[in-house]
Amino acid sequence: MIETALIIETVVKAVIALAVIAGMAGFATFLERKVLAFMQRRLGPMHVGPYGLLQLAADGIKLFTKEDIIPQNVVKPIFVIAPIIGAVSAFVAIAAVPYFPQFTVFGYTIHPIISDINVGLLFIMGAASVGMYGPLLAGLSSHNKWSLLGGARAVIQLLSFEVVSGLSILAPLMMIGSLSLIDINDYQIGGFSSWLVWKQPLAFVLFAIAGFAETNRTPFDLVEFEAEIVSGYATEYSGMRWGLFFIGEYANMITISALVSIIFMGGYNPLWIIPGAIMMLVKVSFWIFLFLWVRAAWPHVRPDQLMWVCWKVLMPLALINILITGIVLV
Amino acid sequence: MELRGFKNRNATPGYIYFEGESKPQDAWGRFKRFADRAVKGELFVGLWIVLREMIRFNIHTVQYPAEKLQMSPRYRSIHKLLRLFESGYERCIGCGLCEKICISNCIKMDTKVDEKSRKLVSQYTINFGRCIFCGYCAEVCPELAIVHGDDYEHASEQRAHFGLKEDMLTPLDKFKAKKQKEFPGFGALSKDADKFVKKTPLAY
Repeated sequence: MIETALIIETVVKAVIALAVIAGMAGFATFLERKVLAFMQRRLGPMHVGPYGLLQLAADGIKLFTKEDIIPQNVVKPIFVIAPIIGAVSAFVAIAAVPYFPQFTVFGYTIHPIISDINVGLLFIMGAASVGMYGPLLAGLSSHNKWSLLGGARAVIQLLSFEVVSGLSILAPLMMIGSLSLIDINDYQIGGFSSWLVWKQPLAFVLFAIAGFAETNRTPFDLVEFEAEIVSGYATEYSGMRWGLFFIGEYANMITISALVSIIFMGGYNPLWIIPGAIMMLVKVSFWIFLFLWVRAAWPHVRPDQLMWVCWKVLMPLALINILITGIVLV
Repeated sequence: MELRGFKNRNATPGYIYFEGESKPQDAWGRFKRFADRAVKGELFVGLWIVLREMIRFNIHTVQYPAEKLQMSPRYRSIHKLLRLFESGYERCIGCGLCEKICISNCIKMDTKVDEKSRKLVSQYTINFGRCIFCGYCAEVCPELAIVHGDDYEHASEQRAHFGLKEDMLTPLDKFKAKKQKEFPGFGALSKDADKFVKKTPLAY
């Protein structure tokens, strides 16, 4: 009986998480266009619905009803499966992210996390890394040089910055002693001053930079930089397959925002009189906004600069950070 | 006249040549440059500027079909033929100067003498496929009869649209509603033109 209840609860949670995150990812595209437009003194989408709010629906209808084109000479099974890998891995990673504190409805306590596994952080990083196969397979199977270059760039970028994000997150993990995101959240229960940013500022900065790189956002958006490689690995994709890549990318953005908020910025602990759920929403929104803000302000770097900064600056800094943390802990 | 001054292709002495940043010579110099760039905060200046623009919310978009730009009076668009304010008769006296001066030969006019033995413009067309909108016709016109309009929406289905006399001449109903404005732009008299009018010196 308990088993059945657990299964039903998990399925319901999974469906809700999928729907909400997919909706948020769609809304983030609208938000991105609006924020970028305001920062460039434009209005952005204005004509579909009030203030362009229904643009989202129009885009969705367009993506769903577009002809599904599979070009000649592509490796068809791989070409078809690549965007699914990209989107699915992004959503799988979300399974171990707690978004809100637990709450009680009709006497039934709900933990807003699909599964609280004890290696939660490792699971998220692993699942997000599997997402690398999306760009890689898409690039290899597309029979297009831009796609190939985009796929290659995606792989070097993600591989390199996996190292940085893994190493940078090691130092806070050494202090906490657990990989579960709920434990990490509970470690910072003492309010503003117990946020891990203050204890691990370097790890915070490194993880944030790696987060930008892993989600292919602007300073590191070599993967689909239009002027150089058209649309990167997604050049040959259209319609809903392209949409899947897109949703996966925005879901990854939300995941990274939630991770940074939980690990470094106090998670869903209440601050002063603001309840924890609101705090979490505020933090995730701020990080999403930061992604858009940075895109409006900064130019992107060259691939060699990216590699340089990853292996010659960020990785040594992460190692030094671990060393110092270890010495202090001992 | 000496040509040497014109043959000198170098930029004027007012230019400042920028040789580029000096490159660091040794490892210490490179480190200093790296440290300099790392702590300079230029990236955050960029962030601040776009955020400031967002907060100011000084939007420059013109939502075109709903809002339209007011063109400057000197904007040279599709021509108009104006009427005399006093009588409502056409201003054009058929002198043919515009036809003469038109450098792309696109103005065509036919005149005849009517029963009051006045010169009448029976045909007046501009071939807008050839017109380069230079504004000479408006400038040369002694009566300010042909002027440039400020209507920038001239897409149409027919090549001959806009270019016939009845398209360009102020319609009578519009004229009677006092909608015809004096043309302030290219070739028109300046506002203080009256000040420069002098009596003809009879001494000559």
